[in-house]
Amino acid sequence: MATKKFVRVKVNGRDHEAEIEPRLLLVHFIREVLALTGTHVGCDTTNCGACTVLLDGRPVKSCTVFAVQADGREIRTIEGVANNGKLHPLQEGFKEEHGLQCGFCTPGMIMSACALLEKNPHPSEQEIRWGISGNLCRCTGYQNIVKAVQYAANKMA
Amino acid sequence: MLQKTSPEIGGMGHSVKRKEDLRFIQGKGTYVDDVSLPGMVYGHMVRSPYAHARLTGIRSEEAKKLPGVLAVITGEDLAKAGLSWMPTLFHDKQMVLATGKVLFQSQEVAFVVAEDRYTAADAAELIEVDYEDLPVLVDPHRALDADAPILREDREEKTNHIFHWEVGDRQATDGVFQTAPVKAELNAFFPRCHPAPLETCGCVADYNPATTKLTVWETSQAPHAHRTLFALVAGLPEQNIRIIAPDIGGGFGNKVPIYPGYVCAVVASLQLGRPVKWIESRSENLQSTGFARDYHMKAEIAADRDGKVKALRVKTLADHGAFNAAAQPSKFPAGLFSICTGSYDFSEAFCEVDGVYTNKAPGGIAYRCSFRVTEAAYLIERAMDVLAQELKMDPVELRLKNFVPPDKFPYLCPLGWSYDSGDYKAAMELALEKIGYSELRKEQEEKRRKGELMGIGISSFTEIVGAGPSHTFDICGIKMFDSCEIRVHPTGKAIARMGTKAQGQGHETTFAQIVAQELGIPVADITVEEGDTDTAPYGLGTYASRSTPVAGTATAMASRKIRDKARKLAAHLLEASEEDLEWEPGKFFVKGAPSKSKTIQEIAFAAYTNFPAGLEAGLEAVHYYDPPNLTFPFGTYICVLDIDKGTGEPKVRRFVAVDDCGNIINPMVVEGQIHGGLTEGLAIAFMQEIAYDESGNVQGGTFMDYLIPTAVETPNWETDKTCTPSPHHPLGAKGVGESPNVGSPAAFVNAVVDALSHLGVKHIDMPIAPWKIWKILKEKGISE
Repeated sequence: MATKKFVRVKVNGRDHEAEIEPRLLLVHFIREVLALTGTHVGCDTTNCGACTVLLDGRPVKSCTVFAVQADGREIRTIEGVANNGKLHPLQEGFKEEHGLQCGFCTPGMIMSACALLEKNPHPSEQEIRWGISGNLCRCTGYQNIVKAVQYAANKMA
Repeated sequence: MLQKTSPEIGGMGHSVKRKEDLRFIQGKGTYVDDVSLPGMVYGHMVRSPYAHARLTGIRSEEAKKLPGVLAVITGEDLAKAGLSWMPTLFHDKQMVLATGKVLFQSQEVAFVVAEDRYTAADAAELIEVDYEDLPVLVDPHRALDADAPILREDREEKTNHIFHWEVGDRQATDGVFQTAPVKAELNAFFPRCHPAPLETCGCVADYNPATTKLTVWETSQAPHAHRTLFALVAGLPEQNIRIIAPDIGGGFGNKVPIYPGYVCAVVASLQLGRPVKWIESRSENLQSTGFARDYHMKAEIAADRDGKVKALRVKTLADHGAFNAAAQPSKFPAGLFSICTGSYDFSEAFCEVDGVYTNKAPGGIAYRCSFRVTEAAYLIERAMDVLAQELKMDPVELRLKNFVPPDKFPYLCPLGWSYDSGDYKAAMELALEKIGYSELRKEQEEKRRKGELMGIGISSFTEIVGAGPSHTFDICGIKMFDSCEIRVHPTGKAIARMGTKAQGQGHETTFAQIVAQELGIPVADITVEEGDTDTAPYGLGTYASRSTPVAGTATAMASRKIRDKARKLAAHLLEASEEDLEWEPGKFFVKGAPSKSKTIQEIAFAAYTNFPAGLEAGLEAVHYYDPPNLTFPFGTYICVLDIDKGTGEPKVRRFVAVDDCGNIINPMVVEGQIHGGLTEGLAIAFMQEIAYDESGNVQGGTFMDYLIPTAVETPNWETDKTCTPSPHHPLGAKGVGESPNVGSPAAFVNAVVDALSHLGVKHIDMPIAPWKIWKILKEKGISE
């Protein structure tokens, strides 16, 4: 076992410090060290995007980032999306537009959509489809996810 | 007729927003991998790299020396406890951990347990397994050859043949073929595909040596059946086993079977007295757990010159892989494949299926369909198009000519099913109108003149769902009823529990709507809970679109029992006779004096505070429902696509889906399920196959190779409905989640073949990747 490394990260606005193995994946750090289990693992090839979190505001697939690479940086997960108990417009949109069924892809999908809307507050349907194309959903066929993102974009406008 | 409830009550027909969403959108769901217990350790599976090999030795000393490693379990260890093999759900057995030899790539060979998941994976790498190559059998058509290797040495019969099954009148059918003026033949392969729910399979097994209770959190679509099987196989007392299926990240049939990983985690927990978590990786999921389809099918239709169909003859070879792990509870080896006469009025039919073993992952599960219905629907809907092409007849005209007419229901088909209801023409006509069929045909003609490729594909499928009547279905003898228990609390709120288990279907909302419909208690006041065998009544689980037809009925019937008791309580409170009371959703009132009424909430309070002498306290009921028949949802799907002559890429331009699932509980949820099922159908038609090379290596073992459509490849779906209620279902509902996956593959393939039919193309096997089309265009000399 390799020497442990010290990391300090800010997650959803709170500072965390830990001694971890250098090979520890960011997704396991988030889920098992920080006990934030809203971020999921759906594949092992960086295809599915269920593990998407924002690293310094950019969406990353946290199964393909080492936790040590996040040292000194800021992470946002699904647990940090609502504001003081008030749902984010995207969360609201997913519920209102029936943008989820089993819910497993939903946190990653919302994080990707968050990043999209921050960069492009008024995306076209095609831009939304491309914006979430790194996230796989097996239940919805995406149509209502697109509507959920449109709902949020309208609400945030 | 169902009484309409107010939006506040939210009974059937209301698009109530889903109650389960609040936790999922905030990352607060509890999936199996989110379960974490004090002292929990991790399991990792060692798997075979070979498809067929003698197992001559396993050396685990180095692994055991690694700090943090707690146990290495092998097949030999399990054999000592009589657990190295387990029964499958269809009259076969499969290895838990290999002994003697391995029979497919990725087969489970050893299970390592360590303090954390990284150490467990490290230890797995240190285990050395000695294999001696054996000849590999990949092609099922070669399975019965004299020189084919015999795979299952454990069986008495030294053959790779699993079963022969036939249904219908062979002689009468052959007789019709001898004299029929027109015959059409289709040879079609429905490739091996995989449900690939986004959450893989896994469990946390927690044996407490002090209480001798075993609790297993499991990705299970059928927790009660799993509990009984654990009790029977492992010899544990059933009351000491608790299976909890928490939130499940999609199932689609993949999470019906019991997998070796679950058994190993249980054994490890029994051995260590600690909770053991095992979560499979995506590649393990795709390579070793329940695949679907893999049917090599031949269909022949005998018809008159005017297109009236006479007889259907079907011959199929089913590749089950190394073990017949078909998770299907019907009494028939090919499940409900004999629904293959579809929506058409054949006078004679004959269907035979042979199952064989090969060196591939075991299974034959029902992926988003009721046990081989997808294969059947695909076959007949493709075959009808082949016949239309043969007759140079429009596929719509051919279908309209042959539909079972509405006045023939209940309709007994020549292969023995009694269709409960249907109006196929109505669904077809609505779909034609929505898509603008005749204009599209004109456009296609113009495009052909210009050398452009455009296709229109039709599928007017019939489903058979809702397993099932106990005369036809059981799991290891347990009949296929389902159940609901409802408790109404003193304040008029309620909890309802079922023997089913949703994996995204939205039961927490839709089953609450059934209770709301029947009792008038608002959906918001009803908690629905499933998946915990210690609290829910016994049921057989959620698959085969059976939840609404079976557990949904149990829910309505349990509600009606409560209403019957509520009537007695209301009569007591209103000092009226029971016969003088009338019900409207949410209250009883005295006939002719509507102001004299008691709400269900007042009645519930009285059930605990003011009940008449001779009546028991409380307001609860349980109902077990064994349906008299299956339900037969249907629909017409029309796909319009254009083909790029440069790349061969087919692009779906429009897709209209008209579904008829009888009365609808929640239109929003139904539409969502149709969107999802169509997307899975698109993937099957164009992108997905679990293929094997000649050495038995899996070619579709990761999401890099087994493609899942993204939002970019997926078109917008246009949905609509007709409504033909099921006559035998107390709510007139039928089940819908699987229709789009059953009905759509034929629509996509028919559209591609239609686009190329003027070039003489008669059939292309799925998945129709662009290269397959490009190759044809190249051969015909029209690629760009």
